[in-house]
Parts: sequence; C-alpha cells; structure tokens
Amino acid sequence: MNRLPEPFGCLIDRSRPVRFRFDGLAYTGLAGDSIASALAANGVRVLSSSFKHRRPRGIYSAAGHEAGVLVQVNQEPSVAADERAIAEGMTVSRHHKGGRWIERFDRFLPVGFYYRAFFRPAFGWRLWEPIIRRRVGHGRVDPGFAGGEHDKLHLHADVAVVGGGPAGLAAALAAAETGAEVVLLHRRPRLGGGLLWGRPDAAGQHGGDLAAQLGAAVLAEPRIRILTAATVTGCFADRWLSAVQGARLIKLRARALVLASGQREQPAVFRNNDLPGVMLGSAAQRLIRLHGVKPGRRAVVATANDAGYGVALDLEEAGVELAGILDLRPGHPPGDLRQAAAHRGLPILQGRAPVAAEGRDAVQAVLHAGLDEAGGERGRLAADLLCLSVGGTPAAELAVQAGATLAYDPDVAGFRLTGLPEGVFAAGAVDRRFTAQAAEADGKAAGREAARAAGFVPQPMHRPTATAATPNHPFPIFPHPEGKDYVDFDHDVTVADVANALTDGFEHIELLKRYTTLAMGPSQGRLSALNAARLLARARNLPVAAVGAPNPRPPFGEECFGHLAGRGHHPVRRSALHPAHQARGAKFMPAGLWLRPAYYGSDAEVAVRAEVMAVHHDVGLIDVSTLGGFDIRGPDAPEFVERFHTGSFRKLAPGRCRYGLVCDVAGSLIDDGMVCRLAPEHFYVTATTGAADGIYRSMLWWQAQWRLDVDITNLTSALAGISVAGPKARDLLAPLTRDLDVSAAGLPFVGIREGHIADIPVRALRTGFVGEVAFELHVPAGMALALWEMLLTAGERLGVRPFGVEAQRILRLQKGHIIIGQDTDANTTPAEAGLALAVAMAKPYFVGRRALEIRAGQPLERRLVGFTLADPLAAPPSECHLVVRQGDIVGRVTSVAHSPVLNQTIGLAYVAPDQAEPGIAFTIKVRAGRLLNAVVTKPPFYDPAGARQA
Amino acid sequence: MPIGLLKYGLARRYPARRQFPPERPLKPVYDIVIIGAGGHGLAAAYYLAKQWGLRNVCVLDKGWIAGGNTGRNTAIVRANYLTPEGVRFYAESVALFRELSQELDFNILYSERGHLTLAHTDAALRTARWRAEVNKHLGVSSELIGVDEIRRLCPVLNLSEEARYPVLGALYHPPGAIARHDAIAWGYARAAADMGVELHQHTEVTGIRRQGDRVVGVETNRGVISCARALQAVAGSSSRLAALAGFRLPIVTVPLQACVSQPLQPFLDPIVVSASLHCYVSQTPRGELVMGGAVDGYPLYQQRSTLDFKETLMSDLLELFPFLSEVKVLRQWAGIADMTPDFSPVMGETPLANYYIDAGWGTWGFKATPVCGKRMAETLATGAVPDLLRPFALQRFDSFRQLGERGAAAVGH
Repeated sequence: MNRLPEPFGCLIDRSRPVRFRFDGLAYTGLAGDSIASALAANGVRVLSSSFKHRRPRGIYSAAGHEAGVLVQVNQEPSVAADERAIAEGMTVSRHHKGGRWIERFDRFLPVGFYYRAFFRPAFGWRLWEPIIRRRVGHGRVDPGFAGGEHDKLHLHADVAVVGGGPAGLAAALAAAETGAEVVLLHRRPRLGGGLLWGRPDAAGQHGGDLAAQLGAAVLAEPRIRILTAATVTGCFADRWLSAVQGARLIKLRARALVLASGQREQPAVFRNNDLPGVMLGSAAQRLIRLHGVKPGRRAVVATANDAGYGVALDLEEAGVELAGILDLRPGHPPGDLRQAAAHRGLPILQGRAPVAAEGRDAVQAVLHAGLDEAGGERGRLAADLLCLSVGGTPAAELAVQAGATLAYDPDVAGFRLTGLPEGVFAAGAVDRRFTAQAAEADGKAAGREAARAAGFVPQPMHRPTATAATPNHPFPIFPHPEGKDYVDFDHDVTVADVANALTDGFEHIELLKRYTTLAMGPSQGRLSALNAARLLARARNLPVAAVGAPNPRPPFGEECFGHLAGRGHHPVRRSALHPAHQARGAKFMPAGLWLRPAYYGSDAEVAVRAEVMAVHHDVGLIDVSTLGGFDIRGPDAPEFVERFHTGSFRKLAPGRCRYGLVCDVAGSLIDDGMVCRLAPEHFYVTATTGAADGIYRSMLWWQAQWRLDVDITNLTSALAGISVAGPKARDLLAPLTRDLDVSAAGLPFVGIREGHIADIPVRALRTGFVGEVAFELHVPAGMALALWEMLLTAGERLGVRPFGVEAQRILRLQKGHIIIGQDTDANTTPAEAGLALAVAMAKPYFVGRRALEIRAGQPLERRLVGFTLADPLAAPPSECHLVVRQGDIVGRVTSVAHSPVLNQTIGLAYVAPDQAEPGIAFTIKVRAGRLLNAVVTKPPFYDPAGARQA
Repeated sequence: MPIGLLKYGLARRYPARRQFPPERPLKPVYDIVIIGAGGHGLAAAYYLAKQWGLRNVCVLDKGWIAGGNTGRNTAIVRANYLTPEGVRFYAESVALFRELSQELDFNILYSERGHLTLAHTDAALRTARWRAEVNKHLGVSSELIGVDEIRRLCPVLNLSEEARYPVLGALYHPPGAIARHDAIAWGYARAAADMGVELHQHTEVTGIRRQGDRVVGVETNRGVISCARALQAVAGSSSRLAALAGFRLPIVTVPLQACVSQPLQPFLDPIVVSASLHCYVSQTPRGELVMGGAVDGYPLYQQRSTLDFKETLMSDLLELFPFLSEVKVLRQWAGIADMTPDFSPVMGETPLANYYIDAGWGTWGFKATPVCGKRMAETLATGAVPDLLRPFALQRFDSFRQLGERGAAAVGH
C-alpha cells in the first residue's frame, strides 16, 4: 500500500475501509478516498485508454480536468475517477481496454484524417463508419437501466460565492458581515481549497491553519449557507447559477456573485507527457495531503515557479526520493520555497526542462535538456513520477459563461479575466492573486463589493494589487520529432497535429479547435487551451493575445441528463369527470395535455358503433370539459368579439349563439367555436380543446394592443361541460329542471340560457355538432361529476349512454362539420374550407381581414368538399391519402369514416376548385399507389334539412 | 488501411493541403460579392466557379468560416417535408449530399441513419401519413410505420403504452442522414478557392451602396468593394443586412439551442425526433448524442445559452430514453434562427435588381446547403430564378402565397 501516515490525508478516515471493484478485481480504500486515490493507494495507476491512440492514462490533475480519468461506475458512464468518492460495493470499470496497436499507425492517422479518406468508393464511409464508431465512444449505457432519481433545489442569495478556498471564504465572511444572506458553493467535500493541499509556506503549516481558521469562522456565521461537494456547472444571464450536488440540481439566483474558483495548473508538452506517473505538481500534492497517498517512489519535479519547490518539499516529506528538480528558469530565481529546497539539499537543475518521458505503461525515466539555444547536454533521470509545475490558467469557465473574456496577458504569460458583467466579481487566484494572503485579502474586498452591488452598504476596501510574480513559463512546449507530445489529452492532439492543422489553413483558434477537436473533449480544453494558443501564436508569428482562447461552453463538470430533467413533470389534465370515465372503462386518448375518452369498452369498433347509434336513437352524454371557455365582459365586449372573430355578432341577440371563426393575420383559419351572447355586454366564447390555450394568449395579446374596455376571463378549467345529445335529450333533462324550459320553443337551436339542472347552475347551449338535439351544459367543474351521475341514473330508462371522441367524430362528419387542424392546415382560408359565410368582409376590421381581401383577389387553389365512394363496397381511404389528377397532387383526404346510420363511407377532402361541384368524380391515391374513385357529395350527409335538430 | 491515408504515413513531410488560402488584400472590384461564408455562401461560390465559370467572386464573413449556424446546427439531412415544393427542393439536396464527399474530395462523414419522426397523437399520425404520401408521390422514401417496426429500428426507445405520451407510430424516412457540418463548409471553401474564389474572413459588411434600385458596391471594415451582383447568405443576421440594403424581411430572429453529451459507445443508429416531446437526437460517429429542441420563445440576436432549455429538453428526452439519466452533457450552445411566417425559406430576388437573398432558414438551413448553393449560383449567373426556387420568393409574403411547412418542422415552434 502507498498509504502515508498522519498528518497526511486530511480527507480520509483510516478507521473506515471501503471495498469496491475495479475492472473485476476487489480493492479496499478508505472513506474520503476518490476512486483514483484509492486505486493509487493500491498501486493501480492506469485508469483508462486514451481516445485515439489508446494509450494508458492515469491521474493527471487529481481534480477532474481530463478525459483520462473517466470511468464507468455501475450504470453511470463518464465518471471522473479523481472526483467521485468511493462507496461500499461500487463497481468501477474502464470504458475501453486494448487496441493500443493503433498507436503504431499514428503516422497514417494525421489530424483530421477522417476527412481525407474512407469516402472512396462512394460506399466507403458506410463500411468504415461502424468500425470507427465501435472504437471511439467512451462510456456505456444500458437500455435496461430504469434511470436514476434526481431532484431540484431552488435558492436565492444576496451574494453567492463560488469557491471555498481562502478568497471565497473571506468573500463570504465579508459579505455576510454587511448583513447579506450568502450562499457559499464549494466543489469539494471540505472547505479550504488550495489551502488543504498546497504549500504556501516553507514550513508547510500555514495552509492548514488558515483553512481551519477561515472554515470555522464561516461555519459560525449564520448568514452563510454552505453547500459543499456542490459543483457550479453554469452561470447564465443575470447571475442564474446551476450547481450539481449529488443527485440534486441546485438553481440559484443571486443579486451579486463572487467567483473565487481559483486557478488550474497547466501541463508542459514533451514526448510521452501523458504517461501514467506524469502529473501536475498540484495533483501529487492533492494525493499526499488530501488522501494520504504516496504518488511515487522516485520523482522528478519540473517547475517554472516557486510552487514547484513546495511540491518537491511535500514529496520529500512523504518519503518520495527526489531524483531532480528541473527549473525551466535560468539563473537563481528568488523564492522562499526554493531556498528551503536548496537548504535541504534537494538536487536542483537550473535552466533545464523535460524533453521526454521514457516508459511504456508508466514513467521510468525523464530526459531533460537545457533551454538555451544549444540545448546543452541531455540528461536522464530514472524516476517513476514526474510532477509538472510550470504555470496555470484561471478557472474561468463560469466567468466566461457570464460574459467575461479571457485575454492573454504577456506580463504574466497567461490568461487574465476581463469584462466581468455587472454584479459579478472575481477574487483570488482566478483574479491573479496567487498567495494565500493576497487571495484572502482579495476575497474580503470582493465580498464587500458584491454586498454593495446587492444593495448593502459596507465600507469599501482596497483590493491588493495583482502579484507581479507569475507562476507561468511563457512556452513550456518541447516538440519531439517522434511525436506523442500531447497538447490535448482528451483527444490525443499532439504538437504536430496543431502544426499540421495550421499548414492546412485552420488558422483561427476556433477553426483550429474544430479541425483538431482540441478543447472539444470532456475537459473542454481546461488543460490544453493555453498551450494551443501559444503554439498557434508562435506558428503564425503573432502575440498570443491576438490569438485568443477557445470559448469554454456550459456546463462545467458532471451535469447529468437526470439532473436537468429533475422529476420530469409532464403535466396531465384530467376533466372533472375523469373518475366516471375510468369507472366506465373508457379508453383514453391524449388531446393536448388533456386525456379524453376515445370510447367506452374494450372493443373499439363495437363500442363506437353502439355509442353513435345511442345518440341517433336515444340519448348520449359526452364530456366536453376540455373545450375552451372565455367570458368577454364590458362596454367594449361586442367590439372585441367583432375584431377577434371573422363573423358579425353585433346584432346577435342575448340568449343566442352563433358559429365563430378565428383567423390569424395571414387570413388562415386557426380556430372555431360558439360565440354566445348572455347579455348586451357579456359574451361567452368557446374554443376547441387543442387551441384553447393559444386562443386565450392571442386574446390577451390583441387586447394589449387594442386596449378595449373589456375583461377576458378564462373559464376553461372552472367550467366542465356535458353535452346531452339525442332524440330523448329533452325527456332526460325536462324532469330535472325547474327554471329551464328545454322545449324547442323555450330553448331553440343555437340558443343559450342560464338556469339550474338538479339545482346545479348551468349555462345550457343548444348546439348542432353531432346532428341530433343537443344541449351543451357548462357547469362549475366541482359539480360536474354529480350532474353526470345524475344524468346517467335518470337516463337509464331512456337508454342513455356516454360516448367518446371517436363517436363524436363520426357524428360531426355526418353533418359535414369540420375540425380545425384536421380538415384545415396552416394556410387554409375560410373560403377554401367552404366557410365564407362565417366571414363578414363588410366589417371594417377583424384579425386577418386585410390578408383575406388580398387572398380573395387570387384564384382559389383548392376546395374542401364532402365525398362518398363511387364503389360503396370499396375499402375506404385513410385520412391524408392524396387526391391526385394527372400525376399532380391537388388535395388530400382530411376526414373519413364509415357512417353506421348511413351505412357508407363518407369523408371530407381537398380537391381542385373545378372539381368541387357535387357529382364530380375524383381520384384518391391509396395504399400501394392504387387509385380509388370518389364522388363529390354535398354535406351534410345526414339529415340535410336539420329536421332532427329542431 | 484506406489508400487516402498512405501518403500521410509514407511522406517525410506532412503533405499539407491548404483548406483556406492565406489572407490577402481585397480587390476593388468583383463580379459577384457573396456576404456570409457559411455553408450556403461557400456552396454558392463553389457552383458559380464550377458550373458557371464565374471566378471573380469573393465571399466575405465578419467572423471565421462557418462560425455561424453552419457550425452550430445539429447536422441532420432529410427530405421528408410536407409541401411538394419543399419535398422537391430537399430531395435534390439529399441527392447532392450523397455525392458531396466525392465531389469535394473531402469526407463530410455523410451517414444515412434513417429518420424517425415519432407520433404520439392521432393528429401527429395524420401529419406523418400526409408527409409520407406526399414524399412517396414525389419519389422520396418515407413511410408511416407502426410500433413494432419502430421497435425493430430503434430497440432502445421507450415504447411503453404506460408512457405519458405513448408512441403510436412514426414517419420513417430511410434517407435521413447526419453529416459533419463544418466539413461541408470547409470542403466547399477549398474547392471554391482552388478555382480562384477569394475568401475573406473577419471582413464585416457595414453598408450596401446603391444607385436607384441597383447595388453598386459593398462597404466593409476593410474598404469598399464594387460588384456587379451580390448575394446575402447570413442566417441569423438576414434582417439586419437587408436593412442595410434598404428593405424589410418578414423574419423574426430567435435563438435555437442545442447540446451534446459526452461520447458513448454506439447504441443509437437512427435519428429520432418527437414533436410532442419537443426533442430530437442522433449519435455522431464519435459517440456524442447531438440533441436539440424547440426554438426559444423570444426574439434575440444573441447566441446565448440558457439553463431552462436543457431542463425541458432532458425532461422530454428521458421520456423517450429513460436509461440516459446518468449521461453527462458535454456542452451546449446556441445559434440564431431566422423564422419566416410559413416555416419555409426565402430565396431569389429582392427589391434591388442585382441583389439576391438566401435567408429565412429558421431551423432547416443546413440540410439545404448544396441545393441552395447550386440553385442560387444559377440565379446569380443567369439572372433568372430557377423553377425549383420560384415558390420560395420573397414576394410570396405580399400575396400570402405561403408554403406551410410548419407540419414538417422537426419540433414545435
């Protein structure tokens, strides 16, 4: 075991072993371990095979910043092994194994190779694509997996602080001191950030002490809500944050935001810089100090800053032998840590850089050379660990998402944040304050600024100046003639790939990114953007600042589909009568968000026929609660109705209804319904089920422009509807009411009355949709079920029967009534649909009038007609079969059904205008291209005189 | 090992083949100026040079090549439209796409996966049959299929009758394909440049110079260019450029967002679209799921991503594929889509005699890239709009002769 004794390993609990499996073998780690640290403790270094070359990869950042640590955990793909805590019984496996032979052919697989080959002969890609597909994809999904549980938490904060390092902790404290409510989000399980694993001072004590002190202060502050192990994945407009914590998505709106997300160490580029055992200096420190894991036995540290010496000191204290410290800088750079290392006699090689690592499955030795022109003599250091500490880049994804840009600053040889949006502040290392003291002071100032932006009035405070010293080496890139010098580990992009892409002409950073796929992998360039920009700038002889950085896009970190979906509410609307339908064995069909009974019973054909015949012979009940219903009231109510609908309603008498059409501004039909006048200044307007929401929105939209003196009330959910239809409808209703005269004289066709049925208040409409005497009863939804049951009981002797949408469709088709959306499409005019009579062109204005006037001046392109089949015994066509003439499409069947009462196939279809006269034959193209003859037949097909509806 | 790669392995030096020529100064005069170096503009330039021998052509772009919607769409190609005019147009596009890798000597990774438009309601079933019938009538392969056939084509789909929106059937369009969107623009760019067409990135058009109803030149941040004819092909900025040219477009510009997952081993072959659930998904050769949904509900000229887009998309997508709940989003982005009132594009003439337009591509511009380029080149070269494009004229909105393609839009708008 590579486990170090106390005080190393501040996150692990040595008393709690955790057993898990990796690639079929059993291992034991400790509570507090990540998968990767537990495996490292067990001597396992290889976590994955790389994307293109299938090279072994292990821990590089120990912070989840590269694809090389992605593993499969149970049914979850693409889990960062260096971030995910181990759990008892966890089964971990590699995404891929084997296939490393491809590495030997990498000469034949240059950058963008797939654009250059595989397409000759023409079917080439069809052969190659499946082979390539099988090789590349990372994680596995199991179609049998039922899916995980996720939920969401909604929060507000005066000040949100992202990052629990010294800057973030100080910012949270400073903001809370002003009275602001603070939410502190920290990606790791314990507060402290770099203080927990870094070595800010030579003695190696200060970090832990400061973390403990700040952490305790934050815990003691009641106005700070602390969320640990919470990764902020997105920062959207107006400080709207998404964060992932376990299986939960946190959504947080903050008045002001402090980003204290730190910086991220960057790799050097040289041959075999990807071998397991090569890692960032910070990664070695994280292993040592957080997890108590000894990262190697003999180490080389390559550094360009003082922090690298902190790594060397940590390694030495952890019992790792130091083979050498390669300092890329010439001469004798200053620094307390360097002095301490020199004092301890650690072997320092000044002005030297790693040019290659040796080894096949892990580092065995490091080749180094001088950095001056001559290069100097090559040196070789045997080592199983190579730690890189050559610079960093701001952890700026969230800031960039929020609208800031990363600009290259030659003074620090790295990126710097500029242009933070209003209310967003950066603090600490992300803002180039690298020492713990500077970060803490910077955080304190930023916390106060954020509190001020959130409306609190703290004392302003000066920010410490940015540190002059830079941790960055300006060009830590050492190309090797034999390649394998990786710039981007996710997709195995090498120095040569970048150079070749540039000679291919991909000179813009965004083109370079798309062509090489650099920065397009799971880490989105977190370890490659800086070096890619340097390479591009050098090749084009431009300053790096002119090149820019590829844009990181949301999300940052592991945001699962399930996090975003949450509990996935897909609302269902059920009418007040739903339980009654269920009890009757209704088969439901979706209608927008509603569920409506299609028919009652198990055999559709039998049930629908019986329901239709019940309406014709006795009496049927249908639930029409899903229809839209709107009260239009006020002095301008007649004017509103006149403008919104195509017809004329000014003279409609109270107590009467009229069919109403609604067009859009292009004069195309969008809905129909009944316009009922209850009083001179009170209309009740219905809309179809599917269009009701849109009609309501449209009414409000127009009213916002017209500003008429009306109130529009949406009664769709408040009122349920029961249509009582059939020759015995009056027999059913008359005994149940005292104040409604349901006789033909008392409530004539297209009349409306308000009254009571069985003491339930109703609006009763005499409508004609189904072709028999029908009363549409609109009642308060809470009383609808009682009324329904009462009607069924009272109607038992009359043969009452509920009927569903399927029967209703046949009944309406017999009468030739159209269904908007089925018998019309996005361009249908009232004239095409045969509804010109419902349009009052004499009105000065209604929605769509101008368009209809223009369209009326053009020849009609089609007409909706009724039809029957020339051969009554022929198999009926289906809806949307085409009407063709001499090979041209002239129309289509929009509705078709077999009418049980007429015992024939009837339908509606669009035909050419010259085919629209009754008796004219036309041709429908049905299944398998067969042609079927139909005859235009003027609807209504049933009871054309309307005698049954009197 | 394919032959095409041998030279890379055997050459001593990398045999570079420049995709885009190096920057050069603008000339004062071109025969034709194309504004917008996306797929459409580059394709038009290519066919102008190739088919019509017009090589004194430049393509201008304010950003980098294919940096707009060409590089931001979800790269689906299909011809299963609703109107005969649309079907004929996209059928020619599909035919051109199929040959494009050979034509451009550049693999666009064109992969015919089949395209499934799921129907969850009887209204959607009717529309699916309508599209299938129109498609078949015009020789395009589409069929209304039932649940069993869907299960055969896409066994991982949730076809449970207990689902909130049970799948009732689907429009199956076998030629439906995915491709690498950037590669198409890059391929056209190189082929056009090889014939002498000039590409000018980072060259923003700041004004259109007119004399009467004719365009005489284009003002840019790099100077003024004279031209005999001009084409605007700037999806997302169409109405703003048209305003510079002095006319208005019936276009509303809204963001359209998309995202990809981390790469997964292959499990999804067809392209799956659900209008009721507002989502579509395909799996790239690399293994990423490419996903999109409805356009944002507000006009905006900004390529801004939102959280709620992902939330609704995933909530819908997991209805179809519940087992993807632990898959991770790799990145999300937005393009801006020029929506027309009838969900069909605008191609052809403008109020200016020698200024042509290629706009209004909403959410369906990528799949028209080759045909639009080819036919717009014909329009520019001959001065006459080909029959295939005539129904898409800008003037149709004056007479309300619209081409209703809403029913064929991938998802609700």
